Amino acid sequence: MLAPPLIKVEDLSFYYSDESPPVLDSINLTLQHQQRLGLIGPNGCGKTTLFHCIMGLLKVRSGTIFFRGDKVEDKAGFQRLRREIGMLFQDADDQLFSPTVIEDVAFGPLNLGVAPDKARLVASDTLAELGLSHLENRVTHHLSGGEKKLVSLATILSMQPRALFLDEPTNNLDPRTRLRLIEITNKLELAFIIISHDYDFLAETCHDLASMEDGRVSPALKSSLHTHHHVHPHGAHPHKHGDH
Amino acid sequence: MNFEQFSYGSSFLHQLDTRAKFVSCLILVMILALSRTFAAAASGLLLGLLLVLLARLPIRMVVKRLLLVNAFVGFLWVTLPLSYPGDILFSLGPLSISLQGLLLAGLISLKANGVFLLIMALIATSSVADLGHALERLHVPLKLCLLLLFSYRYIFVISQEYQRLLRAARVRCFKPTTNMHTYRTFGYLFGMTLIKSLHRGDRVRKAMLLRGFQGRFHSLYQARFGTSEICFCAAAMGAAAGLIWVESLLS
Repeated sequence: MLAPPLIKVEDLSFYYSDESPPVLDSINLTLQHQQRLGLIGPNGCGKTTLFHCIMGLLKVRSGTIFFRGDKVEDKAGFQRLRREIGMLFQDADDQLFSPTVIEDVAFGPLNLGVAPDKARLVASDTLAELGLSHLENRVTHHLSGGEKKLVSLATILSMQPRALFLDEPTNNLDPRTRLRLIEITNKLELAFIIISHDYDFLAETCHDLASMEDGRVSPALKSSLHTHHHVHPHGAHPHKHGDH
Repeated sequence: MNFEQFSYGSSFLHQLDTRAKFVSCLILVMILALSRTFAAAASGLLLGLLLVLLARLPIRMVVKRLLLVNAFVGFLWVTLPLSYPGDILFSLGPLSISLQGLLLAGLISLKANGVFLLIMALIATSSVADLGHALERLHVPLKLCLLLLFSYRYIFVISQEYQRLLRAARVRCFKPTTNMHTYRTFGYLFGMTLIKSLHRGDRVRKAMLLRGFQGRFHSLYQARFGTSEICFCAAAMGAAAGLIWVESLLS
């Protein structure tokens, strides 16, 4: 028998009040194990709201969420789901609140009831895997923007999730950190939903693309390869082709 | 903003458990603040000085902070001798300087500096995070501890957000003066900062919920209340008793 999809969303709608137009308008979406789904769409089309609804941070008005085939409807259900789905917020400062990096990465495991010694070990290992061991004892608010983003990814990975939701992960990242993020994302054998306007990032990390507009999701057409000519006005700092 | 300049070091006081330092500091500071004799106040100041030396704090920074405190104490030297009733030392027209006022200003200066040195040596040698965890283990209400920890973590972010708004106003040629427009603009800036902080708080709460937060912080670090902590507390209690003894002997 085929395993049920990791997440299945059926006719999910969300609106703030009865008068206002729906932010999410009967959305249907499926995420299989190991599937990598990119969601692209303009600002304010409800992408972040969709994440918050699936994670149980916002209460849906109608529709159903299934996690591993089971209907998620109460607090316990969402807590089970949150154990296995990690969400990376748009602003890393929202996610890093512990004084030091290692404490922040250990925060999730400690909440799951892991003993302090073991949690510290898990946290160190996670940081090492991402090549961030040198940041272990740094104070979180003194990190650079790129470091903050990678550390907040570590804080989620230390909980050993089965899927990741990334909300605009490449916003405000320099090209090097962005590249690093692509590398890391492609190495992880997890399911992903990635929200982004950064089409190139999605093309390099996702197999499936969907677009979102006015609160609805529709599968995007297959991309076609094309070339275009362009000039490099900043002659001293040309970008390299193939790895922007 | 510069915080925690004294929090990291390798001295005996830096390594001591924060709970031991906090409780000792609380008791010593209370006794010193309530003392009324010069001898007790001077002993307290001496004790503070000794502890600061023991903590091996950078002297220049200590002096800089002391100067800041004494700028406030300086106001007392200006106002107290003129306003406190007592034996008149000398008069200058309508102004007269009272002996009791001078003495009181002196006593307050000693006490203020003593208290400040004690806090610097015993509280500032812990990081804010350690202080938060220590307070939690001393059964201070959890909400207050969380308030301390989060205020510290987000004060930088809030300050940055405020600075960003202020910059945005400046690049549009906003020059603060004394008029309604300036007051209104600052009102907007503060109001907007508050709203942004509120939203930030909401997002942080959500991020914590998603990582399984259930109202309790679990510390990575185990409590270590060992022999040196017990010895230190005993010594501090001894010093406290000494201060009370000096005080009672002379008053």
